[in-house]
Amino acid sequence: MDIHEYQAKQLLSKFGVNIPPGEVVYQTHEAENIVSWLNEDKIVVKAQVHAGGRGKAGGIKVCSGDEEVVKTVDKMIGMKIITPQTLESGKTVRRVYLEKGYDIQKELYLCITVDRETGGNTIIYSRKGGVNIEEVSEKTPDEIHNMKIAPGSDLLTHHARTIVYNLGLKGAVAKKAQKNILSIYKAFVSLDAAMIEINPFAVTKNEDVVILDCKASFDDNALYRQRVVAEMKDENEYDPLELEAARHDLNYVKLDGNIGLMVNGAGLSMATMDIIKYYGGEAANFMDVAGAATPERVAAAFKLIYKDPDVQGILINIFGGMMRCNDIATGLVNASKEVGLNKPLVVRLEGTNVDMGKEILINSGFPIKPVDTMEQAAQDVVKMVKENR
Amino acid sequence: MAVLLTKESKVICQGFTGAQGTFHSERAIDYNTNIVGGVTPEKGGTKHLNVPVFNTVAEAKKKTGCNASGVFVPPPFAADAILEAVEAELDLVVCITDGIPTSDMQRVKREMKGCKTRLVGPNCPGVLTPGIGKIGIIPGHICKPGRIGVVSRSGTLSYESAVQTSELGQSTIIGIGGDPVNGTNFVDALELFLDDEETDGIVLIGEIGGTAEIDGAEFIKSWSGKTKKPVAAFVAGAAAPKGRKLGHAGAIVNSGAETADAKKEALKSAGVTVADTITSIGDAMRKAMKI
Repeated sequence: MDIHEYQAKQLLSKFGVNIPPGEVVYQTHEAENIVSWLNEDKIVVKAQVHAGGRGKAGGIKVCSGDEEVVKTVDKMIGMKIITPQTLESGKTVRRVYLEKGYDIQKELYLCITVDRETGGNTIIYSRKGGVNIEEVSEKTPDEIHNMKIAPGSDLLTHHARTIVYNLGLKGAVAKKAQKNILSIYKAFVSLDAAMIEINPFAVTKNEDVVILDCKASFDDNALYRQRVVAEMKDENEYDPLELEAARHDLNYVKLDGNIGLMVNGAGLSMATMDIIKYYGGEAANFMDVAGAATPERVAAAFKLIYKDPDVQGILINIFGGMMRCNDIATGLVNASKEVGLNKPLVVRLEGTNVDMGKEILINSGFPIKPVDTMEQAAQDVVKMVKENR
Repeated sequence: MAVLLTKESKVICQGFTGAQGTFHSERAIDYNTNIVGGVTPEKGGTKHLNVPVFNTVAEAKKKTGCNASGVFVPPPFAADAILEAVEAELDLVVCITDGIPTSDMQRVKREMKGCKTRLVGPNCPGVLTPGIGKIGIIPGHICKPGRIGVVSRSGTLSYESAVQTSELGQSTIIGIGGDPVNGTNFVDALELFLDDEETDGIVLIGEIGGTAEIDGAEFIKSWSGKTKKPVAAFVAGAAAPKGRKLGHAGAIVNSGAETADAKKEALKSAGVTVADTITSIGDAMRKAMKI
């Protein structure tokens, strides 16, 4: 689960991390009070959306003077942020964060995440922080350092010391940075975070160390024991269909294409997206009917995909395993009746009672095409969607 | 002999009397797996599915001589269940449970350092040796005895691979699971299959995220054992958008090395026959074996 920048900063400050003074607003008039409360010469106005690349998309503005701040907030609320990490339609700004602006001496980069190679955590850091960090890692990978911590072990003072020296910090600044890094790591472990990225991790002209931007995401599997974090979930950041899917325990991610997918298994779902692309189409979603593909779950998943206005054709790919295909087919036909199916639907079922399942689909009276292989299913649905246009 | 699960294996189920444990143990017994008992705290001394139930793994081991376990315990308690089996010094622990917090698995990893138990999973379909038995949820009827070793991060893609290699048959199918921190990885499984006299070819099914497939490719390249074996592979997630998580906790692309294309290239350069789509993995295996 992702949270907003300001929420991440609130959490980190409880662990002793130095964050700029700031406040979140939902409406323009709220900004007027905050500006006078902050009482700073320079205020940064930041759109709060769950997407990287905000700055380049116009979601971060440095302002001076109360009037400019309020005007900027007014413009930003309701605006669409479109970055490489959002859907093409972008994300609407509903919350804006106002915080003190600093004169910056150095912009550093710091990120803690799980290292799949060792199973422990890793701290990725660089002297070359800022908005071009992706370019830095591509063109000058030597500038990106890595501190790997053994699985289940703590970040020790000597680890933090090594990091600050490699970041080129000395004296009092090095001490402050070290303390902040230890605190961030402690927060990461205590809160079951999956990633905390600080960029920039800044040194100010006044030789202070402060975290200017912060992205945090958390281990969904641990949210049951991290209630403070769980309550920070902003449902506006999710596609309405994704929220509905979550309520049905379906694993669903909205994508940019027009072929709706319903598959059992995450791997098979990805492989189905791949084969659709291979034959020239594009998936409208990733969908893993996780757990047992019972007729009820299949029907709920089908109705959800059908609701998506971008979907022009549907491919269902179920590897039954233990499930009986005739039960799945019955679930599909019932759901088709409910929605009044009029989009092309290609179904590939594998498992027990395949022939009975096909029979049910063929005799349903709906435009449902059962096929034998995944290959055929992908080719057919891509063709049917193109012809339908 | 096959790998991990053999004729000598004596298997227990942890979380035996729960809905999942019961359902899949029934299937495993139908598949002739040598299930010698199960563990559910507070239910020790009773019988379930005609075999004894124990309160602890240590007790089960003492009474039955079990050396392998399938863990079907709910996520908040699963890491503890794994470590209980590790402390009882079982040879093999297969954890099926999906949804274990990552930091719990990091703890497991720390405790297991240097110990003799092999962990498969979590969040995996398990291990199946056709004709011998199974631990986990792989459907028995789609697998045939034979000489192809299958190792996969994804459950359903291991099923696809089993179906497509039906006429060759499989020595053992290993689902290593989709979690970011897990037990057995591709390198471990490749080593088992390369050393196994009853395995002639290997199917490897990877996906985006992490670098386990790249490590596997490096391992194949550097393999200096007495036999080289043909390997066919598929990597799922070529169409996945960057930075977005797709289902498996591990399946998210963060860096260039974690993309499907980078992994396919690495495998190709190690001499692996790479399938363009999952539907051609059987053909890729036959091509690699020159049949």
